[in-house]
Amino acid sequence: MSPERVPVFLARRSYRRRRVADAARLSAAGGRDPFLRAAALAGGADGARTVSAMIYVFGLWAVLVVLSAVLSRHLRGEEDERGGEDGGGAQE
Amino acid sequence: MTVLNILVLVCLSYVVLLFAVAFGADRAARKGRVRWLRSPVIYTLSLSIYCTAWTFYGAVGFAARSGLEFVTIYLGPTLVMVGWWWTLRRLVRVGRSQRITSIADLISSRYGKSNLLAVLVTVLAVVGTTPYIALQLQSVTLSFSAFAAFAEPGEAAPLADMQSTALWVAAGLSVFTILFGTRNLDANERHHGVVMAIALEAVVKLCALLAVGVFVVWGLAGGVGATFERIEASEISRFEVSGGRWVGLTMLSAMAFLCLPRMFQVMVVENEDEEHLRTAGWAFPGYLMLMSLFVLPIAAVGLDVMPEGTNPDLFVLTLPLTEGRDGLAILSFLGGFSSATSMVIVAAIALSTMVSNHVVMPIWLHYTGGAAMMSGDVRNVALMARRLSIIGVLFLGYIYFRISGGGTALAAMGLIAFVGVAQFLPALMGGLFWRGATRTGALAGLCAGALIWLYCLFLPSFGPSVFMSDALHAAGPWGIGWLRPYALFGAEGMDPVLHAFMWSLLLNVGAFLLGSLLTFPQPLERLQGAQFVNVFDHSGTLGGWSGGMAQSEDLLIMAQRIMGAREAQALFSAAAARQGVAGYLPEPSPDFLQELERDLAGSVGAATAHAMIAQIVGGAAVSVRDLMAVADETAQIMEYSSQLEAKSQELARTARQLRQANEKLTQLSVQKDGFLSQISHELRTPMTSIRAFSEILRDTGDLSAEEQTKYAAIIHDETVRLTRLLDDLLDLSVLENGQVDLNIQSGTLEALLDRAVRAAGGETEHFTIRRDREAEQVALATDLDRLAQVFINLISNARKYCDADAGGPARPSDGDRGSARGGFHR
Repeated sequence: MSPERVPVFLARRSYRRRRVADAARLSAAGGRDPFLRAAALAGGADGARTVSAMIYVFGLWAVLVVLSAVLSRHLRGEEDERGGEDGGGAQE
Repeated sequence: MTVLNILVLVCLSYVVLLFAVAFGADRAARKGRVRWLRSPVIYTLSLSIYCTAWTFYGAVGFAARSGLEFVTIYLGPTLVMVGWWWTLRRLVRVGRSQRITSIADLISSRYGKSNLLAVLVTVLAVVGTTPYIALQLQSVTLSFSAFAAFAEPGEAAPLADMQSTALWVAAGLSVFTILFGTRNLDANERHHGVVMAIALEAVVKLCALLAVGVFVVWGLAGGVGATFERIEASEISRFEVSGGRWVGLTMLSAMAFLCLPRMFQVMVVENEDEEHLRTAGWAFPGYLMLMSLFVLPIAAVGLDVMPEGTNPDLFVLTLPLTEGRDGLAILSFLGGFSSATSMVIVAAIALSTMVSNHVVMPIWLHYTGGAAMMSGDVRNVALMARRLSIIGVLFLGYIYFRISGGGTALAAMGLIAFVGVAQFLPALMGGLFWRGATRTGALAGLCAGALIWLYCLFLPSFGPSVFMSDALHAAGPWGIGWLRPYALFGAEGMDPVLHAFMWSLLLNVGAFLLGSLLTFPQPLERLQGAQFVNVFDHSGTLGGWSGGMAQSEDLLIMAQRIMGAREAQALFSAAAARQGVAGYLPEPSPDFLQELERDLAGSVGAATAHAMIAQIVGGAAVSVRDLMAVADETAQIMEYSSQLEAKSQELARTARQLRQANEKLTQLSVQKDGFLSQISHELRTPMTSIRAFSEILRDTGDLSAEEQTKYAAIIHDETVRLTRLLDDLLDLSVLENGQVDLNIQSGTLEALLDRAVRAAGGETEHFTIRRDREAEQVALATDLDRLAQVFINLISNARKYCDADAGGPARPSDGDRGSARGGFHR
C-alpha cells in the first residue's frame, strides 16, 4: 500500500460511515411515523380490533429492532476495520 | 403460612445474593478486572431500570383498563434509543467530556454553572420522584400482602403490617445504596457494584415476566391462537384509543426517558464507553418489546379467570397463585421486587448526588465560610451529605406512602411524575442544540412548566379537597373559569394528564424561547454553550471523522502561527522523516503530539499548548478549568514580561548615564592633559634660566662682582616667579576643589588699595596711579588678603605690560556694599 493511496481509503471509509449514520437517523425517523400511525388503525374499518393492532405494533417493533441491530453491526464493522488498519499503519 | 415463610426466606437470600454480587463487582473493579463489568450488555441491562414496578405490575393493570395503550410508555424510549445517533450520543458525549454528575449538574453547567437552576431542577426532581419511590414501596408491600392473603385466606393483612414491610424495605434499600452508592466521593466514577446488581435484577425481572407470560399463554390459555381468542372475547378486544392520547403518551414517555434523574444516572453518568450506545440502541428496544410482549395476554386472561373486583395491577402475581404455582409466584414476586428495588436504588443515588451537590454542600460551605478547609474535611462532609440525602429521599418516599395510604392506581402516579420531569427537556435539548439558549430562558421555562404541572396535575392528584377545594376545581380560582386546573384557558374535556402535559410544555417552551431571545448570556454561559453545542467539533469520536492527514494539516497551520512557518515546517518534516512518511505531514502519533505539545508549551505555556492540541486532535474538550489555567498562565507571562520590560528600561537608563559620565571623564582628561603641558612649559622656562645662570656661577671662575650680582639677581627673580607660579597653581587647585577658605575681615577699600600699591612697588616715573580718594571710602567685609592680591596682580601687570601714555581711570564700576563683587573698566 503506497502512502499516496491512503487519502482515497480514508475518504471512502468516512463516506460509508456517514451513509450508515444517515441510515441510522432515517430508521429513527422512519420508525416513528408508523408507530404513531398505529392510532389511526382505531378509526379503520376492521382495524379496531386489539389483536390486529397488537400484531401490527409488535411486528413493527421487531422489524425496528432487527434493522437497528444490522445498522449498528455495520457501524461496528467499520470501527473494527479502521482500528485494524490504524494498528498496521502505526507499525510501519 | 409455609408459603409466606418460604417467600421471606427466598427474599432474604435474594437480597444477600444482590449484596454479594455488588460486593464482588466492586472488588473486581478495584483489582482492575473491569473488562466484563464494562461490556455493552451490562450497560443495556442497567438501562432497564426504566421498567420499574410500575411496568412489572402496573402495565398489566394499565392494559386491563385501557388495552394496548399501555405500550406507548415503551414506544417512546424505543424511539429514543433507535435514534440514539441524534440525541443520546450528544448527551453522553457532553456528560463524559464535562464530567457531569446529574441532570441538574448538566443543566446548570450548560447555563454558566448557575446554582439557582441546579437547585430548581433538584427540587423538581425530588418532588417528581418521591411519589415514584412511594409507588415502589407500595408495590412491594401490595405484592407481599397479596401473598399473605393467599396464604391465610379470609384474613386481610392489617395495615400496620403493610407499613412495617414498607419500612423494612426502605431501610434495607438505604443500607444497600449507602454501602455501594457512596463508596467513592467522585460521583462521576462508576458504581460497578450497583450497576452489576441492577443488571442482575434486570435479568430476573425479564425472566419472571416471560415465565409468567409463557405460563399464561401456553399453560392457561392453551396456545397463541387461543390467547388471541381470549383477547377477542375480553372487554379490551376493541382498540379504542384516541390519536391524541396515543401520540401524546408516546412523546411523554420519550421525553421522560431522557429526563428522569435515574435514567440520566445510568445512561450518562454510569456510561463507560460511548460505543455501548451502539449495542443498547437495538438491544434495549428489544428488551422493552419482550417486557411488554405478554402484558396484554396476561391482562386478558386475568380479566377472564380472576374473580370480579381483583386488583388488575397484581395479576402477574395472583394468576400463578390462584393456579397453585407457588414457585412461579415466588419468581414473579422476585421480579417485582427487583423492579422496585433497582429503581429506588438508582433514583436515591441520583437524587442524593443532586441534593448534596447543589443544596447541602453550598449551604454548608456558606455557613462555614468555606474557609481554608482541609480537602479531607470537605470529602467527609460531602460523603456524609450524600448518605444523609439517601436516607432523606427514601424516608420522604416512605412518608408519602404512609400519608397517601397506597390508594391510587399505580400507573396514574407514574404518568404524573413523567410530566413533571419532562419539564427539564426544553432546557436540556435547547442547551444541547441551540447556542442562543440562555440561563434566564431556561429559568423562565422551567418555572413556567413546573408551576403549570403543580397546579394542573400534581396538586389535584392528591384528590379533591386535599390541596384544592372542590369549588376551585369546578369554578376556578376567584371564579375565573379559564383558570380551572383541568380546563386551563378553556381547554375543556381533555384528559388531565394530556391537558397538563400540553399546557406545561407549551408554556415551558414559549417562556424558554422568549427568555433566551430577549436576554444576553453571561461570558461563562456563552463559553459553555459553545462547548455543549459543538461538542463533536472538539472532542471527536474515537478516530474522528476526518483522517489523520487533515489533523496533521490543522496542527501544522496552528504550529506555524505560534512557532513561525520555517521552524514549524522543519519540525513537521523531521517528524515525517522519522516516521518514514513521504511528504512533510507526519501521522499524528502520540509521540509526535507529545513532542509538538512540548515545543508549543515553550512558546505559549503548557496549559495553552495542551488545550490547543486537544482542540484539534480531540482528546478531551477544553473545560472551563483548562481555560482558567490558560488565563492564569497568560497573566503570569504578561506580568513577567512587564517586569522584564521595566528592568530593561532601567538598564538602558543606567547605560545612558554611564555613557554621559564617560564623555565627561574623557573631556576632563583632555583638559587635564592640556593644563599639565601648559603648566610644565610655564614651570620649565624659569627653571631653565635658573639652571643656566647657576651653572655659569658655578663653572665660570673669573666673574666680576657686578656680573655675579646680576646673575644672582636673575636667579632670584626667576625663583620668585617660580614661587608665584606654584602659588597660583595651588590657588587654582584649591579653587577647583571648591574648598576655598575665605578669611573674612573688615576694612576700607582705601586702606586696601594703599597696601596693594605699596606691595606692588609704588609709582615710578613711567607709571602713575590715579585714584579717586573720595570714591574709595567703601567699607568692605571680605578676605582682604586675597582681594589685595588681586589688586597687586593688577598693578604689577599694568606696570609690566602697559606702555600707553595715559590710560583711562581704572575704577570699580559699582561697589555693592558688603560684597567683593565688582568690575574694573579701563
